[in-house]
Amino acid sequence: MIVVALVLLAACMLPFVVSNYRTFQFTLALVYAIALLGLNMLTGYNGQISLGHGAFYAIGAYTAAILMDQYGVPYWATIPAAAVVCLIAGFLFGLPALRLEGLYLALATFALAVSLPALLKYHHLEQWTGGVQGIVLLKPDAPFGLPLNPDQWLYFFTLAITVLMFVLAWNILRGRMGHAMVAIRDQHIAAEAMGIHTAMVKSMTFGISAMYTGIAGALGAIAIQFVAPDSFNIFVSIMLLVGVVIGGLASISGAIYGALFIQFVPNIADAISKAAPWAIFGIFLLGFVYVMPMGIAGAVRMAVARLTRKAQNQAAKP
Amino acid sequence: MQELLHQVLAGLATGGIYASLALALVMIYQATHLVNFAQGEMAMFATYLAWSLINAGMPYWPAFLLTVVLAFVLGVVIERVIIRPVENAPVLAVVVVFIALLVILNSVTGWIYSYTIKSFPSPFPAEPIFGQYVTSHQGGAIGVTLVVLLLLFLFFRYTPLGLAMRAAAQNPDSARLVGIRVGWMLALGWGLAAAVGGVAGMMVAPIVFLDPNMMGGVLLYAFAAALVGGIDNPAGAVFGGFLVGVLENLLGAFVIGNELKLAVALVLIIGVLVVKPSGFFGKVLVTRV
Amino acid sequence: MAALLQVSGLHASYGLTRVLHGIDFAMDEGTITTLLGANGAGKTTTLRALCGMVKTQGQVRFSGERIDGKAPEDIVRKGIAHVPDGRGTFVNLTTEENLRLGAYTRRDRGAVEADLERVYGYFPRLKERHTQQAGTLSGGEQQMLAVSRALMLRPRLMLLDEPSFGLAPLIVRELFEILRTVNAKEKVSMLVVEQNAAMALELADHAYLIETGRVVLSGTTGEIKSNDAVRRSYLGY
Repeated sequence: MIVVALVLLAACMLPFVVSNYRTFQFTLALVYAIALLGLNMLTGYNGQISLGHGAFYAIGAYTAAILMDQYGVPYWATIPAAAVVCLIAGFLFGLPALRLEGLYLALATFALAVSLPALLKYHHLEQWTGGVQGIVLLKPDAPFGLPLNPDQWLYFFTLAITVLMFVLAWNILRGRMGHAMVAIRDQHIAAEAMGIHTAMVKSMTFGISAMYTGIAGALGAIAIQFVAPDSFNIFVSIMLLVGVVIGGLASISGAIYGALFIQFVPNIADAISKAAPWAIFGIFLLGFVYVMPMGIAGAVRMAVARLTRKAQNQAAKP
Repeated sequence: MQELLHQVLAGLATGGIYASLALALVMIYQATHLVNFAQGEMAMFATYLAWSLINAGMPYWPAFLLTVVLAFVLGVVIERVIIRPVENAPVLAVVVVFIALLVILNSVTGWIYSYTIKSFPSPFPAEPIFGQYVTSHQGGAIGVTLVVLLLLFLFFRYTPLGLAMRAAAQNPDSARLVGIRVGWMLALGWGLAAAVGGVAGMMVAPIVFLDPNMMGGVLLYAFAAALVGGIDNPAGAVFGGFLVGVLENLLGAFVIGNELKLAVALVLIIGVLVVKPSGFFGKVLVTRV
Repeated sequence: MAALLQVSGLHASYGLTRVLHGIDFAMDEGTITTLLGANGAGKTTTLRALCGMVKTQGQVRFSGERIDGKAPEDIVRKGIAHVPDGRGTFVNLTTEENLRLGAYTRRDRGAVEADLERVYGYFPRLKERHTQQAGTLSGGEQQMLAVSRALMLRPRLMLLDEPSFGLAPLIVRELFEILRTVNAKEKVSMLVVEQNAAMALELADHAYLIETGRVVLSGTTGEIKSNDAVRRSYLGY
């Protein structure tokens, strides 16, 4: 509890000590944290692998962008809209995907992620999506005359939603739904025998997971002020999966570690080598997996366990 | 009608390439129950090696053979050095290692050779030699694919080493008890898969041109092919490869054009999988409770 | 004469759970020795420890040479063949391919062909089914296959883990008869782990009784058979 409070305090101080550009980067990290939390529910807690969450990220982003651009909806109102659209999209996609397991689901979701940019470019949809050009958005100012610049305001706006989403996730995961998700991952036949409606839980998980990712997509679109089909290629989905695994599967805090990783490690790699930044990034990935196969959250958990055991041993000694 | 025949034959040519790569995926899947997402980039890298050899003045076929050998060595080294340390790690951690391998190979290739598109020679003459419906390269690619498939079949079916590799893949514990060095069999499997992938790369490069991202789409089709045929069935994967190749070509030519070809082909494949979840020839998984 | 197999102070554990607490026993070349004991006493683990499938402490000498700590694939090359519990069949390979794998470490190709005929001589049923997928064989046939696969190594020592498990009594009798013949004719030494103590004592020359990871009794089969405690607990008369 104290740790959470300290982290929150630090997060609130952050925009006043770093540059606007850094603030913007941290805003994006928060956005990714929401998306990773969603994917982690599906992959980490429910055991379904998705290589296509970039698609839901894109749907969320386009929902926000189209609503703002075409219908003049205020930016904050697009978030719940993106949530609802993605919840439904994810649930519907989850229904047929239920028949697919493991690799087959991975392929199906992969296909979704690959086809979506093509669909966004499709010329019959151009009047809404803006085709290849995409949609340019305006950055919102701070309301109520708050003494914040737009980057700072957007950071706090995102932070508030992030906290809300984490609290919600925490409640879902420790409740009936969360237990059902884990039961299905570990022993799906036994789970069914115990009366868990497997199909319903799996589809719902898919829906909730997509909703989280969609909200992140909407926030990301507002922060970057631009959406275009090519910024939502398969790479986004792969980065999300990388973030979940590096952060730590089946762990709420893992979403934050993973988000920081996928937001900042590419920059670090770029600073190390301009010629082949992704090779450096790949080496970082290898290093993290070799040292922490259970993700950063797993490593932290083990370190904490070791420390408390040591402390107990010390206390036990006279 | 002629156009249809032409498109089917063209589909078989690319299908053969998908089949080879799908087979490479299946070989590694059977031994490890993992899909090597870096298989395409490994093939791409091997194709660049071939390009270097040919540009250095080596005739095509010696360069081809040397590339196959180099790809094999590359596969063995990658397994020993990069995959070995995560042998017992969680599945998704290994997937991330594959992704890392993918971006490293892609990035290093781009760094060495630049991202500009290069043309890659075909060993087959420009004028048609297999009749009017198919270009020489398409006919030749089908031929090369069939030779590779035949060689693999003979190797696995009739040599002691092939038998040992099959044994190690399906029952590692028992394999060790009869004295098979399972770790090395795995490395050999990676080597063979990389070699087969290298052939696929060299056959596809004259069609799609050489660039570090050339195998992305090919790998996806190969993955789909392997799943449609049944990921644990080599013959099924080959069939799936040809099927996906023909399907892709016909859809592109007659139904929807090239813009949405990839998306529609994938949606169709997933449709198949929803109806037949373990592919056409895959074993239905029965779980014991 | 040094013993063929000399085990002293053998410990083994799975993770944090100790299973063997210092097993000692020895067997001579050409003999059949049996390890008896209840479920969970550590019999299977002992065999697994001998062929390097579990981590161990203590010494294992095979004709004088230390083999503890070696990998299974190296121990096979010393001439020790293991017939594992569950038979270890390569279910997707044919019967004959399974047998050829047994001779994987041998380099004398011609003799391997002759040995194929030799084991078919012991088990004609396997010859009838030589192109059949091994997974489709019956339980008894798979056990015969497992024994034959071990014989294809031309081993000096065979480790047999519950060869009677799950088989009809008639088939067990047939199988044990063949084991006896192989032992007599080919001088293959055998270490047999069995729950069916009566059958095992009939087959073996020596027996060791294991309880909770320790040897508690040893002797010739005659001595063991006449021990009251063994009779009550394991032979049931």
